[in-house]
Amino acid sequence: MSFSLSKDAKGIVVVGVDGQLIVGNRQELKQKVLDALEGGGRKFVIDFSRTGYIDSSGLGVLVSLSKKIREQGGDLRLAGLNEDLQTLFELTKLDTLFSITKTPAEALAAF
Amino acid sequence: MTTPLHLGVRRLGRGGADVELSLELASDLALIADAVELLAAHCPDGILSPRRIRFNFRTVLAEALANAITYGNGGDPDKHVHVRVVAAAADAVRVWVQDDGDGFDPRAVPDPTTPEHLHAEAGRGLFVIRHLVDALDFNEKGNLVCLTLRAG
Repeated sequence: MSFSLSKDAKGIVVVGVDGQLIVGNRQELKQKVLDALEGGGRKFVIDFSRTGYIDSSGLGVLVSLSKKIREQGGDLRLAGLNEDLQTLFELTKLDTLFSITKTPAEALAAF
Repeated sequence: MTTPLHLGVRRLGRGGADVELSLELASDLALIADAVELLAAHCPDGILSPRRIRFNFRTVLAEALANAITYGNGGDPDKHVHVRVVAAAADAVRVWVQDDGDGFDPRAVPDPTTPEHLHAEAGRGLFVIRHLVDALDFNEKGNLVCLTLRAG
């Protein structure tokens, strides 16, 4: 499990989640995104194309990060959810809190 | 990968197709990912679809372990979590997760999808489990949960 951070030409920070986002590693993701926010990043895309599963703590950290990024005038968007992960967001109604696109490219284009 | 986890594997029945897995882990959230992978890797093929093993089985197991460690055992390193999985080809995969705590009342957990709870960071675990399993049962004390994923 790991997280990769990259910045595109427009300065949008793309964070890839490889494996799972759960209680054991959510703090690592949170710190990486907060460091990027501290460093001036305001637009974030979390890419779940390579993610197997997310637990409720993982969902919670996304809610928390979204709040903090918005407080700084930024935005956090989600992309690449497979059908099961999309269902997870829908049944918890978190799909109403986040802007979700099929691919990271769509999320980048929409910023 | 070194892991302090020791998995017990027992073949059940005459054909030996059914399997019982047992695992005990310390109250350490960092162990959950390895515990989940270890149990998923030893769950026999063909009972649950690969997709349900990848998502439903792993998600609900991770949730149940996190609940047991965080709420059940209160993170006390001297307390343990006991996991038993019975994978029965003709029937279901059942997962029992027991903690050493005092239990809780699952009926007292509020619905996390209501407007007043939607923005909360925590409180979705039981809700997620309930939606990803075919049956969810607790013992009377509330420190043992049984998750049933029917074959298919």
